[in-house]
Amino acid sequence: MKFTLSWLREHLDTQASMDEICRTLNRIGLEVEDVTEPGAALQPFRTARILEAVRHPDADRLRVCQVNAGPEIGQVQVVCGAPNARTGIAVIFAPPGTYIPGSDITIKAGKIRGQLSGGMLCSLRELGLGEESDGIAELPEDTLPGQSYADFANMDDPVIEIAITPNRGDALSVRGIARDLAAAGLGQLKPFLAETVEGTFPSPVSWEAERPEDCPWVLGRAVRGVRNGPSPDWLRRRLESIGLRSVSTLVDITNFFTFDLGRPLHVFDSEKISGSRLIICRGNGETLRALNGKDYVATAEDCVIADSAGVQSFAGIMGGMETEVSDETTDVFIECALFDPIRTALSGRRLGIHSDARYRFERGLDQAFLPAALEAATRMILDLCGGEAGEVVSAGAEPDWRREATLRFSRMAELGGLDVASDEAVTILEHLGFEVKARDSAQVTVHVPSWRNDVAQPVILDPAPGMAGDVFRKAEESVRQIEPECDLIEEVLRIRGFDSVPSVLLPPVTDPLQTACTSSQVRRALAGRVLAARGLMETIGFSFVSHEHAEAFGGGAENLRLLNPIAADLDQMRPTPLINLLLAARKNAARGWPDIGLFETGPAFPDGRQEMIVAGVRAGHTPREAGAAVRAVSFMDAKADAWDVLSTLGAPMDGLMTTADAPSWYHPGRSGVLRQGPKLVLARFGEIHPRLLNRFGFEHPVVAFEVLPDAIPGQKRRRRTALSLSPLQPVRRDFAFLTDRSTPAEAILRAARRAERNFITDATLFDVYEGDRLPEGKKSVAIEVVIQPGETSLTDSQIEDISAKIVAAVGKATDAVLRG
Amino acid sequence: MTEDTDLLREECQSALAAAADQKSWDAVRVSWLGKSGRLTGLLKQLGGMDPDARKARGAELNQLRDELSRAIAARGEELENQALEARLLAESVDVSLPVPRAARGMLHPVSRAMEEITAIFATMGFSVAEGPDIETDWHNFSALNTPSHHPARTDQDTFYLPPEEPGQSDRVLRTQTSGVQIRTMLGQKPPIRIIAPGRTYRADHDATHSPMFHQCEGLVIDRGITLGHLKGCLTEFLRAFFGKPDLPVRFRASYFPFTEPSMEVDIGWSRKTGEIGEGEDWLEVLGSGMVHPRVLANCGLDPHEWQGFAFGMGIERLTMLKNGIPDLRSFYESDVRWLTHFGSDPLSPALLHEGL
Repeated sequence: MKFTLSWLREHLDTQASMDEICRTLNRIGLEVEDVTEPGAALQPFRTARILEAVRHPDADRLRVCQVNAGPEIGQVQVVCGAPNARTGIAVIFAPPGTYIPGSDITIKAGKIRGQLSGGMLCSLRELGLGEESDGIAELPEDTLPGQSYADFANMDDPVIEIAITPNRGDALSVRGIARDLAAAGLGQLKPFLAETVEGTFPSPVSWEAERPEDCPWVLGRAVRGVRNGPSPDWLRRRLESIGLRSVSTLVDITNFFTFDLGRPLHVFDSEKISGSRLIICRGNGETLRALNGKDYVATAEDCVIADSAGVQSFAGIMGGMETEVSDETTDVFIECALFDPIRTALSGRRLGIHSDARYRFERGLDQAFLPAALEAATRMILDLCGGEAGEVVSAGAEPDWRREATLRFSRMAELGGLDVASDEAVTILEHLGFEVKARDSAQVTVHVPSWRNDVAQPVILDPAPGMAGDVFRKAEESVRQIEPECDLIEEVLRIRGFDSVPSVLLPPVTDPLQTACTSSQVRRALAGRVLAARGLMETIGFSFVSHEHAEAFGGGAENLRLLNPIAADLDQMRPTPLINLLLAARKNAARGWPDIGLFETGPAFPDGRQEMIVAGVRAGHTPREAGAAVRAVSFMDAKADAWDVLSTLGAPMDGLMTTADAPSWYHPGRSGVLRQGPKLVLARFGEIHPRLLNRFGFEHPVVAFEVLPDAIPGQKRRRRTALSLSPLQPVRRDFAFLTDRSTPAEAILRAARRAERNFITDATLFDVYEGDRLPEGKKSVAIEVVIQPGETSLTDSQIEDISAKIVAAVGKATDAVLRG
Repeated sequence: MTEDTDLLREECQSALAAAADQKSWDAVRVSWLGKSGRLTGLLKQLGGMDPDARKARGAELNQLRDELSRAIAARGEELENQALEARLLAESVDVSLPVPRAARGMLHPVSRAMEEITAIFATMGFSVAEGPDIETDWHNFSALNTPSHHPARTDQDTFYLPPEEPGQSDRVLRTQTSGVQIRTMLGQKPPIRIIAPGRTYRADHDATHSPMFHQCEGLVIDRGITLGHLKGCLTEFLRAFFGKPDLPVRFRASYFPFTEPSMEVDIGWSRKTGEIGEGEDWLEVLGSGMVHPRVLANCGLDPHEWQGFAFGMGIERLTMLKNGIPDLRSFYESDVRWLTHFGSDPLSPALLHEGL
């Protein structure tokens, strides 16, 4: 909503400065978005008079002018090239240092062909105002020299743009803003007086409203014998100052009322109306060419205005070209109506028409302010276009908008945190147009003004499904009492200023055991720290990807596809963050960074569920370094990442199994799944499937992992078991097993670890050998087993016994035999 | 046969001087002091001498032995030092070689900001609540006093998803994390103090809008919570987050369907330098208000008994302001150069006792 300071002063008697006005607007909820002073750039320009202009001694086309630039600057010599620079005319003078917007230069004093020149005489184009012209601007003869040009040309009127919140339809008018400012103590609201214009003839057009719920009340009035044409200067300027185009006097008058009083009007050319009735009804598939020149189809959900020839207007949204006024128009019919805000909003949204009228109708108009607005509009048409007014016709009646609200004064402090004196609270409400109905020491009951649709509205609740009836009824009854009071508290505090409410710290929480984060949140934070410490960069990717990509990673369900995606490649909820990570790795490679590691912790939507996935990729090669061989990333890097995360998150690492059945987006022979027990999947890892690498455009290897942090069973915080530390050194024994190439090393290690639980504390792998010294299809797996004696040393035969158990256990669990 | 001790001394000393390494030094040592060494041999001869001569000769030889022992030891040490010097010289390396590039990864600035926000609110007794990204229309809008025709809804370009099961109504990608507040009020009895950080979605994509971004909302419900508490809590938070104990904070009347009274919260900054807390200008950072009675009632809470406040902030926006990040879109570009520059060290988590 834009307005100018002078326009505001039409309604508000105030001496306040611009700064004060803007600060107050911000305070009371009318947020200032922008203030422009169109004249600001023109302040340095002065009105002046050429006292004498003579030909430059050394240049035929130049004139040397003696200029009177007013008392402050005095007489200046200026060399000027304009053909019309002559003795006696009033001109615009730019002193040295002035920025010339039309030419983008700053004027300096100097010499031109040897003659001093202390400034510049300007054309309107050079001021950024007019068209190209032959010479300098000539001002009226009686212009007093020395005035700022901006003041002289009345261009010192600042334009203020404010954001109006959706509840404040009443502030979508200069008068509404003035009312709020007056209540905030910034001046007096000027009275609004609408002079009644007697109708001299019966209306040739009448109203019929089919559905009172769509249009409870409508007024209309014919004016005949008008002359339409360009608007007078004041009206044109007023509209242009806030960025509206002046169309014609009749149209400009309706626009003026929209912004001045927040009262949209429409004017039909009554000679173009077919028949003598305008019917407010629903559409029925008719096509209307609206005033914006586009065709729209009226549906049964749209409230329209129709004559006997068809639909002529979308009610409250936009009129039609068929009945539009033109320069030839002589007879008009003025529409002044109330339309249902919700229907207007939904229709406008469906049609995609944004208009100043719709904007106001859907936020709610003053429900009583129809007759006076119509009188004022009639008066202005008669004043500016001449003619004769007919009698007022109407349909429906003024709706019952009267509501009451009660404020208990104690609630100002109990809810608002500020103890406002009851007199002050009541005064603020009165200034806003609330009328006191009853008041005692504890509370005040007020009538809500007709323009405040946002206060004490009918209570409509939408309770949680399945809420118990008595719980809801009690809550609903409380809302009925409390909501109007909250409305009033807000009004008082808004005008008073929230800055006056003292800040209070929240009372401390008494539960010392409360932690802010759930275990799931802690896990995610830990996983991030582990992975970043391992060298991976954390990224954040969108939760939606292309459905083609989603399908390649096991997703793509129809019910997870956006109905209104913003782009074709962002149309499907992702089944895993790996998709984003691969795209990111490729983008980084394209920027020249192929060797990177990335991870993301975020939501994923496989098979309909939302689950948290910690995913990572490593791409390319290890860095080139002196003394270290470069190698491609391998599945083991990804497994190590996943392993480290699981270990930090408290997964039972000794009990984990690795199975070779990772999902289809991994290389089938170089990937695995980490499980706790046969069913519970905690992580997946491996090389990305070569077909997908190809599809994503990678020319270098990429490995990846996905950890499911919430799958790890929670541990209870238990006391740790007692620790007994043996004073004796452990015995370390090496074993080499010959086994089938396909036997998992993990099976051998697990069997060895479990062979003798009392003494074996660890078994680690230190070599795997495949080659021509072994039979075809076989490999050698070499492990070290740690045997820890307790209180007494182990004898050689005890150690031999344990060794034999290890060999037997491994041989039983797998096909492995001790290598001879 | 007698030998002059001076000659012996000289002879030994010249042999030592001639020994250039530890091996030849050891040969000298053995040839003089060893079992069959020359001095050892002379000492053995003392046994056959008469007592007087033995006494004089003994004193002489013992003195010589002490002298030679010292000389040999000194020379030995000298040679050892020389050898060590030579070894150290040979072992020297180029210590300017760069350390292996075992790159330290960085945490995303949004993660860092969430940690900081959580740390600050945790000290005020808040806990962190979460909810699904895909919400019902009711949780995202209707429960929050925002029916479908509400003008506030046209400001939020909502992403829609088909129903979970055919026949049900469409679902939305949450446009705010308010659904978490609703779920919390339905799931637990007051008093409530939560923050709800998370991903939010709006169908908007340009220089200053991203179709996905992060919000952190907060909710306090209790008996006797006033707008004064709202101001105290948020002022405290903003000052802690920006590390400016005197940060100017302004509360400005506004409107949200789910709060009343509603306020926007501005902090002081300088438009010219971008410095937070300096200058004459104001910057909007938060929306807040007292929870609307209808929202309480929709969740089954009696507004006669319970009241409180709610607030919401854009995490990227706060992060941009705090770290001077100019472009919203860069948060999701996953450019390693950007992440390296704006990321935070995983080994310095946001701990209030170490300072944010």
